[in-house]
Amino acid sequence: MSNGYHVRDRGWQPPGLYPPYKTTIKRSPHAALLSFPTSISEETGPAFGHNILGKLDNDLILNYARPGEEAIGPRIMVHGKVLDENGRGVPGALVEVWQANAGGRYRHKKESYLAALDPNFGGCGRVITDADGHYEFRTIHPGAYPWPNGMNDWRPAHIHFSIFGEAFAQRLITQMYFEGDPLIWRCPILGAVSNPEAIKTLIAPLDMNRTVPMDALAYKFDIVLRGARQSFFENRQEGV
Amino acid sequence: MTQPLSYLKESPSQTAGPYVHIGCTPNFTGIEIYGGDLGTSMKTGPVKGTEITVTGAVFDGMGSVLKDAMIEVWQADAAGLYPSPKETRGVADPNFTGWGRSPGDMETGEFHFETVKPGQVPWPDGRLQAPHITAWVVARGINIGLHTRIYFEDEAEANAVDPILTRIEHQSRVTTLLARKIGDRAYRFDIHLQGPDETVFFDI
Ligand SMILES: [Fe+2]
Repeated sequence: MSNGYHVRDRGWQPPGLYPPYKTTIKRSPHAALLSFPTSISEETGPAFGHNILGKLDNDLILNYARPGEEAIGPRIMVHGKVLDENGRGVPGALVEVWQANAGGRYRHKKESYLAALDPNFGGCGRVITDADGHYEFRTIHPGAYPWPNGMNDWRPAHIHFSIFGEAFAQRLITQMYFEGDPLIWRCPILGAVSNPEAIKTLIAPLDMNRTVPMDALAYKFDIVLRGARQSFFENRQEGV
Repeated sequence: MTQPLSYLKESPSQTAGPYVHIGCTPNFTGIEIYGGDLGTSMKTGPVKGTEITVTGAVFDGMGSVLKDAMIEVWQADAAGLYPSPKETRGVADPNFTGWGRSPGDMETGEFHFETVKPGQVPWPDGRLQAPHITAWVVARGINIGLHTRIYFEDEAEANAVDPILTRIEHQSRVTTLLARKIGDRAYRFDIHLQGPDETVFFDI
């Protein structure tokens, strides 16, 4: 048991309602969220063993490709660390990713963008962090794509991330963006994050130190989950 | 000037978008991979306690059912123990995962969990909480995942003294957190993002 989790900074996080992202208008709660200290129900969470992983789960270039073939697109490595707010690496964190192909097209039956599907690209992968909280996967650089919101809105290139920490209170879904993409500052979904410093923490820099020469570029993306409160006192006071 | 506080900031959440199922339940979308989707079953063998089903749907402010949501649940086993490495009060039922994930039905949007009725777990001050399932909802148009809890309408005695249910300012809203009994061992729990029946969501 921990002593609870740091209170979520709702000014740093996007609000539920952000009218430029139109779908939020009918999908954001109106009432104030109910605040209460975490209990064991939120301070625990499912654990996933490395034994659930297949050899190619973190290789999106190969994990859906026909034998002997590969996904098309600029080849990249994405690596980083899952940390908590105390700066501690989170080991054993399940990281699930999904993305469009190099042309900006998702493999989904509700997807109608005219860009072509890549028969060798499924668009999903997963990895579990090591003892220090590190993870790495290989994929292709996703394309930007248009989406129905305003008359001409485009998503910057991005990879979706779902992350489990040690506690259900840490559960997080976010998106990684790429250094230098001019669409980042035009995006109504990113715009819901009001602090530019917060937006910057979602932009992965090019990391030449982790490139694979003559093979793949590399981007570094660290993810921070909520931190557990530290306390020397064993008996936690209920702060009503 | 002072010393700087060196805490990191939590990564900002971003919407799960319309294709969350590709990443989290790919087999459901027709991408055959991983040998199956995680969280499809909460049981790995015969489980202890009362087996129940929880079915429901997520509604937007127009009363329409979301068909692109993903619901996750996390709960204690029948004895009130969590199948988590952080559980120190005992060993949970080894055949019960405590965690479920549902993409909702392709046509109706309904989520469905086959689980067990959870036992009671303690509040930090030692009082017992009423039996509950922790739930988390993400979808296109939801910027940050919504936490709530599923309690049971047939646990009136425990509900009446639950530390969270008794804290809700507008007590008429407590019913939004109660799963209705719709059959023998079957419950219904609908989630309303807005409107007169808006579910109580938590900032935990
Ligand atoms: Fe996307």
